Amino acid sequence: MTDKAKLARQFIQAIPHAKALGLDLTHIAEGEAVITMPYNADLVGDPRTGVIHGGAVSAMMDTCCGAAVMSHPAAPGGTATIDLRIDYMRAATPGQAITTRATCYHITRNVAFVRAVATDDDTDRPVATAAGSFTVEGR
Amino acid sequence: MTRKRPEPMQVVKQRRDAALNALVSGVPYIRFLNITFDRRGDELTGVLNFDEKLIGNPFLPAIHGGVTAAFLEVTAVITLSWSHLFERIESGDLAPEDILGDESVRFPKTIDFTIDYLRSGLPRDAYARATISRAGRRYASVRVEAWQDHHDKLYAQGSGHFLMPQDPNPES
Repeated sequence: MTDKAKLARQFIQAIPHAKALGLDLTHIAEGEAVITMPYNADLVGDPRTGVIHGGAVSAMMDTCCGAAVMSHPAAPGGTATIDLRIDYMRAATPGQAITTRATCYHITRNVAFVRAVATDDDTDRPVATAAGSFTVEGR
Repeated sequence: MTRKRPEPMQVVKQRRDAALNALVSGVPYIRFLNITFDRRGDELTGVLNFDEKLIGNPFLPAIHGGVTAAFLEVTAVITLSWSHLFERIESGDLAPEDILGDESVRFPKTIDFTIDYLRSGLPRDAYARATISRAGRRYASVRVEAWQDHHDKLYAQGSGHFLMPQDPNPES
């Protein structure tokens, strides 16, 4: 693992809210990050269906996009979200973990552009997609 | 023609507060984030009660951007549900205790949601209010703004589209 990837991984693991959601960063390198969120009854949005709340999916996607920015070779250090748009395709299947893959596909001195896709066990049908812009900050 | 005598204030308050409480406290994720709602008449203000577990950047420290996104989305969905159900609650057609048990009561589904982060979220309570720009039979468009110390200095704003729950028997 490169130093930067190691730093980003440590940073994600030091985020109190990432810990509260049980986020697990399974891959991070070269502007790409993958985060898994295990199914948790505390994150349910409708108790009658057991489906995870969209807000929890948003929180996970935001974290994953930030991690992708920080791992980009051209990113000097930290980042913050400028804007994030989430599209919800379908409800995540209750009982299944949700995994987000984020890609920082372009970066300038000031702004990083990111896309992300979240899926559950059925990886062919996305649960949600995200597109966002992030700040590029020095160390 | 004589006007119907208004209900006693306590009856009205009790019914509305019980209905709002049933709508909000039945959702595990809203409890997880500890979001509560203040009500003045039909107007709702979401309150994100600060806790250390909401922190996203421990060095600043600042509230996690994802928490802010979730807070705005929760405020939008609850405000939309509240406005959608208000007439039925007021007419007595829907009893507060039946809200999450009634099959006809469904939450609007988020189609998309966009968040602008205007300032970093300080480690203290935050407030949000949603405005329904348009509530159609199938789709609704909602704007949300969130602030902390000063209402005119928003720390985030959002807007989203929602698919409204379809009434199973529209004629009844």
